[in-house]
Amino acid sequence: MTPDFDTTDKKIMKILQGDIPQTMHPYKDISEQLGISEDEVVHRINGYIEKQYIRRFGATLRHQKAGFSANGMAVWKIPEDDRQRVGEIIAGFREVSHCYERPTFPDWPYNIFAMLHGKSEDECRETALRIADEIDVKDFYILFSVQEFKKTSMVYFE
Amino acid sequence: MDDIDKEILNRIQTSFPVAARPYQELGQQVGITEQEAYDRVMNLYNTKIIRRMGASFDSRKLGFTSTLCAMKIPEEKLTETVRIINKHVGVTHNYKRNHDYNVWFTVISPSREKLLSILQGIEEESGISPIREMPAKQFFKIKVDFQFKKGEDEKEEKKVEVANDS
Repeated sequence: MTPDFDTTDKKIMKILQGDIPQTMHPYKDISEQLGISEDEVVHRINGYIEKQYIRRFGATLRHQKAGFSANGMAVWKIPEDDRQRVGEIIAGFREVSHCYERPTFPDWPYNIFAMLHGKSEDECRETALRIADEIDVKDFYILFSVQEFKKTSMVYFE
Repeated sequence: MDDIDKEILNRIQTSFPVAARPYQELGQQVGITEQEAYDRVMNLYNTKIIRRMGASFDSRKLGFTSTLCAMKIPEEKLTETVRIINKHVGVTHNYKRNHDYNVWFTVISPSREKLLSILQGIEEESGISPIREMPAKQFFKIKVDFQFKKGEDEKEEKKVEVANDS
């Protein structure tokens, strides 16, 4: 169910999925590149934001540089009838950026995933212990990233 | 980074102005001139604190589907298999992690069918299977900004989104 974007939308979105021009008047520069008016560029982008095709428009930081150097994927094994309660508690922790329920497998029993951020791995462990206390489920595992193989933004428009 | 830089980052992480003179608007928000706002943002770029300035699209709203995958890859096959995985444009994040499932990657694709064919291709080319595919069944929280407090480095998370996908 892909939305119906025209050629101009696709051209604008192709630019926005990368970096906007690092100039004083980025939208004017985009408009000149596409041969349309600056007003139209601004109007269309605001439309994508209103319709929530764009979740967030602005700067993405390098967490390491910004002082959040460690991240760990903490996983819990939570019974079916307790997932909602646990998910909502975990979501309330400010150290957690993402919290999802995911399917399990015979050799992977964990169904609740929380991405933890902190200054160090120890700080992530400490957060996980506080979460474990709060939800009263002690059995968890933290998968730290040992190596980053790839980290990019999706190319939706080519 | 001084307090004005932190204030700028807090604002432009959430929303960079979309208007004819964005830096004038940003400057007004934090109480500095258009030129200073521009210079400060460029400096945050050049010192690589800002990774990118643009749109984060909602893949689901665009009709795309996404998933998280885990694989158990023997150390001697790691480099080659990671190359096979990473060549797909839809693979946006890929990490080695401390578990028997040692490689974890995300895939975004225009359709479920195409996504599954990417995974099948990776299994065939690498000779390693199964890929454990774990698409989100429920979203309790997605993406927060890393908010800075004045005078310290603590982050403070700003918004909590609780959404039920089913």
